[in-house]
Amino acid sequence: MSIIFELLLILALIICAIAALGSRRLLVTVVIFMAYSLIMSIIWALLQSPDLAITEAAVGAGVTGILFFMTLKKIHALKGTKDE
Amino acid sequence: MSKKTDALRRFSGWVNGETAGHAAVHREAARIEHKKLLPELDEQQRIRLFSWQYKLVALVVCLTVVAVLLYTVFHLPLFGDPENPAVNEVVQRYVEDGLEETGAVNMVAGMILDYRAFDTFGESSVLFLAVTSVMMLLLRDAKNIVRDEDVQEEHERIIERQTSDIILQKVTSLVMPCIMLFGAYVVLNGHISPGGGFSGGAVMGAGLILLGASFGIDKVRTFFTMKTFRRITSTALLCYAASKAYSFFTGANGLETGIPLGTPGAIFSSGLILVLDICVGMVVACTMYGFYVLFSRGEI
Amino acid sequence: MDLHAFLTKAVSLRFEIAAVILFGIGFMNLMLRHNLIKKIVAFNVMDSSVFLFLASQGYIDGRIAPIAREGIVGAEHYVNPIPAGLVLTGIVVSVSVSAFFLALVQRLYKHYHTVDFDEIMIMAKKKVD
Repeated sequence: MSIIFELLLILALIICAIAALGSRRLLVTVVIFMAYSLIMSIIWALLQSPDLAITEAAVGAGVTGILFFMTLKKIHALKGTKDE
Repeated sequence: MSKKTDALRRFSGWVNGETAGHAAVHREAARIEHKKLLPELDEQQRIRLFSWQYKLVALVVCLTVVAVLLYTVFHLPLFGDPENPAVNEVVQRYVEDGLEETGAVNMVAGMILDYRAFDTFGESSVLFLAVTSVMMLLLRDAKNIVRDEDVQEEHERIIERQTSDIILQKVTSLVMPCIMLFGAYVVLNGHISPGGGFSGGAVMGAGLILLGASFGIDKVRTFFTMKTFRRITSTALLCYAASKAYSFFTGANGLETGIPLGTPGAIFSSGLILVLDICVGMVVACTMYGFYVLFSRGEI
Repeated sequence: MDLHAFLTKAVSLRFEIAAVILFGIGFMNLMLRHNLIKKIVAFNVMDSSVFLFLASQGYIDGRIAPIAREGIVGAEHYVNPIPAGLVLTGIVVSVSVSAFFLALVQRLYKHYHTVDFDEIMIMAKKKVD
């Protein structure tokens, strides 16, 4: 049972990575990347490293996302700017 | 009514990165001016620069690397195998004697802040270095000022003052003490439960960022200025260096340092680890908030 | 190697294989994307794939997290704490590195009014000439 759950999480991780890097809007990229970090923190809780889970939840899903958003605002990409 | 919708429209414009009036026009003009630098044969040059050869080589290199790594992975010891060669006598020493030698219940904290504390010192210095270089790049000084950006900045500040979001502020004043308390708890309990300086500092930094985002950075500046930032970070790093230098001076590992280790599990235990945790937490919290402020306004 | 044994081994090594695939995705996008923000996200994906690989090497079936409990003494009851320590410092360094990258992107945008790597290269070349 736990193996199935882990495989599902891994699948979601890979889908998130592909979707984040493949999406055309930069805002969507950053939001999906935050979801990726959250899944990563669940995986770390499963791998018996609670220290990593707390750090990743605070840093990866919180602070990195905010820094990306600030940059997007500075480069005027928050309004439907298309990539390429 | 019409005033309200006007404010709403301006606010949504601000969220979308637009600026009303001539600032946007000016920016658009500057962008077009820059686009003119792009030569007429833009497409051809682009094709020449990033031709299909580059893409092919990139693809081949990437697939080769992935193939080699996959081949190697299939020859690794199985996942979760207790006979994994990574589980050697070092791990045994850390796990079996760690509690006695460092006094830390959390073995990860005991490892990174006692056995390998010098490593962590370098790592905190990397954080300090990163925030210094970001400061170099983004700090508004004489050489780094663009006129229309100043106009936009002023405009944003006015909007920030006018459209104070009541829901955000109420929720923040409710949640913010809990976040800071949780961060302090995680930092102070780093040696007896999961967490420690890095995670707790990141939580506290996120709390400060929330405060700055909802009440405005000017509010945070009443108690957190450039001076405080400098003082806290350099004091924490120097304190870390001093306490680690003392422990190296008295013989690094396993020898008598004269600092009582206390009973494992109590909050005042495990010697220097508590002090080092607090130092690291301070550095990380200041770094995270410093990144946010530098990114949003260009000054701390 | 027949298919069943292969699949059993692949499922058993799931985290390592996922780490390699994520590394490949990140590497490919890092090289092929024109947009600098996408390059930074790809770099972050590569970072976390390496962390995933390290942390999965430290896991041991049926053992508990490395936090000492009453009455459970001995190395055979706890997972390996070393990869967790390495990754813990790595995560915080990776966020500061990406903050530095983002600051560089902001400066580039201020100067060139675009975040497209090709356009920046062409403009920089034009200015030098």
